[in-house]
Amino acid sequence: MLDVAVLLSIGRHPVSGRARRAATDAQALEMALALRPRRLTAIHAGPPTDGEALRAYLGMGLERLTHLVLSEGADPVEPLIAHLRQFDPSLVLTGRQAEDGEGSGMLPYLIARGLDAAVVPDVVRIGPADAPNSIPGAADLVQALPRGQRRALTATGRFVATIHPSAPPARASAYGPARRGVIEPVAAQATADLFLSDCEHRPWRPKPKLMRVKRGGSALDRLKAATESKSGKGQLLVNPTAEAGALAIYDSLVEQGMLP
Amino acid sequence: MIATALTTVVLAVLAIGAALAAWQSRRWLAGRPAAVGVVAGLRALPGRYLVDVHHVVGRTPFNARFHALVAGGFLAAVVLLVAMGVAIAGSWAGSRIVWLLLAVVLAAMLAGALMVRHRRRVLRPRELSQGRFARLPLSLLGFSGCLLVVALDQSLGGVMPEALALILVAIAGLAMADLVWGVWKGPLKHAVHGALHLAFHPRPARFHDGRGRDTGLKPLPLAPSEDAGTVEPGTLGVERPVDFAWNRLLGFDACVQCGRCETACPAYAAGLPLNPKKLVQDLVVAMDAEASDAAYAGNPHPGRSVGKAHGGAALPLIGPDAMIHPDTLWSCTTCRACVQECPMMIEHVDAVVDLRRFQTLELGATPGKAAVMLEELRATDNPGGRALSRRWDWAADLSLPRLPAGGSCDTLLWVGDGAFDLRVQRSLRALVVLLRRAGVDFAVLGDDELDCGDVARRLGDEATFQSLATRNVATLNARRFTRIVTADPHVLHTLRNEYPAFGGSWTVVHHTALLLELITTGALTVTKPVGRSVTFHDPCYLGRYNGEIEAPRALLDAIGVERREMLRSGLRSSCCGGGGGAPLTDVSGERRIPDVRMEHVRETGASLVAVACPNCALMLEGVVGPRPEVAEIAELVLAATETAR
Ligand code: SF4
Ligand code: SF4
Repeated sequence: MLDVAVLLSIGRHPVSGRARRAATDAQALEMALALRPRRLTAIHAGPPTDGEALRAYLGMGLERLTHLVLSEGADPVEPLIAHLRQFDPSLVLTGRQAEDGEGSGMLPYLIARGLDAAVVPDVVRIGPADAPNSIPGAADLVQALPRGQRRALTATGRFVATIHPSAPPARASAYGPARRGVIEPVAAQATADLFLSDCEHRPWRPKPKLMRVKRGGSALDRLKAATESKSGKGQLLVNPTAEAGALAIYDSLVEQGMLP
Repeated sequence: MIATALTTVVLAVLAIGAALAAWQSRRWLAGRPAAVGVVAGLRALPGRYLVDVHHVVGRTPFNARFHALVAGGFLAAVVLLVAMGVAIAGSWAGSRIVWLLLAVVLAAMLAGALMVRHRRRVLRPRELSQGRFARLPLSLLGFSGCLLVVALDQSLGGVMPEALALILVAIAGLAMADLVWGVWKGPLKHAVHGALHLAFHPRPARFHDGRGRDTGLKPLPLAPSEDAGTVEPGTLGVERPVDFAWNRLLGFDACVQCGRCETACPAYAAGLPLNPKKLVQDLVVAMDAEASDAAYAGNPHPGRSVGKAHGGAALPLIGPDAMIHPDTLWSCTTCRACVQECPMMIEHVDAVVDLRRFQTLELGATPGKAAVMLEELRATDNPGGRALSRRWDWAADLSLPRLPAGGSCDTLLWVGDGAFDLRVQRSLRALVVLLRRAGVDFAVLGDDELDCGDVARRLGDEATFQSLATRNVATLNARRFTRIVTADPHVLHTLRNEYPAFGGSWTVVHHTALLLELITTGALTVTKPVGRSVTFHDPCYLGRYNGEIEAPRALLDAIGVERREMLRSGLRSSCCGGGGGAPLTDVSGERRIPDVRMEHVRETGASLVAVACPNCALMLEGVVGPRPEVAEIAELVLAATETAR
C-alpha cells in the first residue's frame, strides 16, 4: 500500500447539527494512517462553509489536506476524479456515506467508475497480502456483512474501499496539530448537482421498531422477539396530534399486556 | 586551636554545600520562564515557613517537634560556629559563654536527632523512603553528639586532651559533610530547595500572606502570542521536564519524600498505579540528563516495578517506557489531598494537569471513554452528546422559570450535567421543591446552560474548556441576578474560581450554604428531625478546593441528625473517585476508590452517608451492598422540612 488517497467529508452531529469530522471518514483516515503509506493524499471537496471542521482531521496527525473549493450545491464527483487522476493512488479510502450534503453512498461507486477501479464496500481491515504466492501489491481485506458476519477478500490493482462503522475506531483529534496543519484550497470547476437540489431535506430518524412481548419459547426466540424489528405490522402515524399519538401508545401498551 | 579547627571545618563544608546547591540549580533553572516577585517572595519567606509550613507539619506533633529541634538546633549551631569564625580574631571567640550557648543548642539538636532515630528505626512508618534517608539519624547524631562533647568540654575550660577533641571535631565534620552532601541528592536538599520554593512559589496566593487558598487552574494561552508573528505556535502543556516553569521544577526538587501525600492519596489507597510521592520523584530524577528511577527507595506506584523507568530533561515524560506510565497520569482524581498534606507546598495537581494538557492537546492521547466524551462535548456542549433541551426533561412538570438574556432574578439555579442522570434528577427535584417551599425567587438558564467545562479542563482539554467558559460567561453576563446557586461543587469551583480569568465574577453559592441560610432565617422549618446516625462525605471540590466544610455540617445538625465523623473528613477528607475525569479514564487497580471510601463510612457505624455532590452520589451509590444508605443532603432536608397537609 504505497500510495493512498482518503476522501474526507464534513460531518454533522445528529443531535446538535454542528459541523464535525464525519464518523466513518475519520475511521477511513485512521485506517490510512495505520497503513503508513509512502504517500497519503487527503482530499475534501465542497463549498468553503464549515471548512474549519476539516481541522478535526488534521488533529489526527495529518499534516496537510487539499480542499477542492466548490460552489454551493456543486457535484463533487467530477473534480474529485480529476484530482485523483493526477495522483494515481493505488487505494482510495472513504467512509461508507457522508453525514450530510453531497457525499452520498453512491459517491465511491461513481469515483471508482471514473478511475476505472474496483469498489470494495464496508471494509473493516486492510493489510498487505501475507499468502506466500500472492501477487505483489495485492491486499488482504476483511469486509463486514450484515449480522456481524465477516468475509475475507484479496484485492489486486487499484481499488476504492469504503469503511464500515465497525472498523477500528478513529483516534482522537488533538487541538495542537489541528491548528498547525495546513488546509490547501484548490479552486475547482464543477457542475451543479440538480438531483440533490431537487430533494427534500429532513433530519434522519431511526426506523421505529415494533416491540412484541412473547412469552414462552426458547431463550433465543424471546431474544429475537425482543430485538428484531418487524416491519409491515402495526400502525404508522405521520405527524399525529399529541392526543392521537398518546392514544396509540396507550392502546399498544394495553394490547401487549403492559397495562391493565 | 579547637575553635579555629571547628570553624574552618564548618565553613569549608558550608562552602561545598553552597557550591553543590548552585550546581544543582542548573537543573531547575532550565525550565520555562515564570513571572515571580523575587523580592516580595524572599521577604515573605520566613512568615510562610513559620505559619504555612508549620500548619501542615504540626498536624503530626511528634514530627513538628523533632523538626523544630533538629532544624533549629542545626541552624543555631551553624550560625554560632560561623560567628565564632568571623570573630576568631577577637578575644571572646573562645569565651566560655559562647561555648555554653553552643552546647545548649547542640543538646536540643541531639534530642531531636534521637527522635528522628526513634522514628526511622523503631516506628518505621511505611511511607518513609529508605536509601539515602536511612543514614540521616546517624549523621545527625554524629554531628550533634560529638560537637556537644567538645562544646561542653570547652565551656568547662578544656580538660579533654586536644587530640581527642580534634578527632571529635573531625567526626562531626564528616557527619556534617554527609548532611550537606544531602543538599545534592539527599535529605538536606529539601532545606535549600524548600526555602527557595516558598519564596518563588507558583501560587503565592495560597499562603497566609495571600488569600490563604488558591486552587483554580491557570488558563493556558492558546492563541499564539502577538509578537510571535509568523512563528509556528508552540506546543501546549508539558512534554519534557524542561517544559515546566522553572519554579515548578524547583518545587519538585523540594520534595523530602515524607510520604504524606502517599498516605492521603485515594488512588494509592485503592491500588491504582499512582503514588504521588513517586510521581514527584519521577519528575525530580527526570531533570537529570540520563535519568532512571533505580535509586528510588520508597513505595512504588502500586502494581508497577521500580527501576525500569528511563528519561531525561529533554525526553518525553509520559509513555509506557518513559519516566511516567500513562496509567499513572490518568489515575489521578485531582482531589488535592496530596497538596493539602504536602509540607513542601508542592502542587501535584498542577503538574498532573500540565502533563495531561500535552497528552490531550498535542497527542490526542486521552484514554478510552474520555476521548469519546470530549468529542461529544465539542459537538453538543454536554458530555453525553444529548440535546441541551433534554437537560430539563426531569422538570417537565415543575415549570421552572427561565431567565432570558436581559432578564433578572434573585437566584440563578445552575443544575449542571447531573441533570441528565436519573439519580441526580431526584436530588435536583428535592432542591427545587425546597426553593419553592422557602419562597426563593429563582430561575434557570434553560437551553443556554452549557457544560461548565470542569471535566474537560481536568482531562487537559483546555481548548474545549475555554470555548465553553467564554460562552457561559457571555450568557451569564447578559443576565442580572444576585447569586448563582448550584448543587455541584465542580460547577461551583469552576464558576467561582476559574471563570474570573474569562471575565465572569459573580457570587456563587453551594446549595448546602443556601439551605442552611433558609433554615436559619426561618424560611424553612424543620418539622421532622431525621434522628438517624449520619456521616458526611466532604466533596473535594467543596472542602479542599473552596474551604466550605462548616455549612453542610451545620445544615445536618439543623435537621437533627446524629452526626458522626469519619477519620478522614473536612479538609482532610478522602475522595470518592469521581473527580478529574477518573471515572472516564477508568484505570483499573486492586479496588475501586469508592469502595475504599465506603469502608471509611462503615467504620463510623452510621446508617447513612450524606453527600453534597452529584459525582459523590453516583460513585458511592455504585458500591455494592449491603452498605450504608447514600442520600443527597437536599433529599434529607426535604424530608425533614415536610409540612403536614
Ligand atoms: S490529587 Fe488526589 S488522586 Fe491525584 S495524586 Fe493527589 S491525592 Fe492522589
Ligand atoms: S510530595 Fe510533598 S508530601 Fe509527597 S513525599 Fe514529597 S514532600 Fe512529602
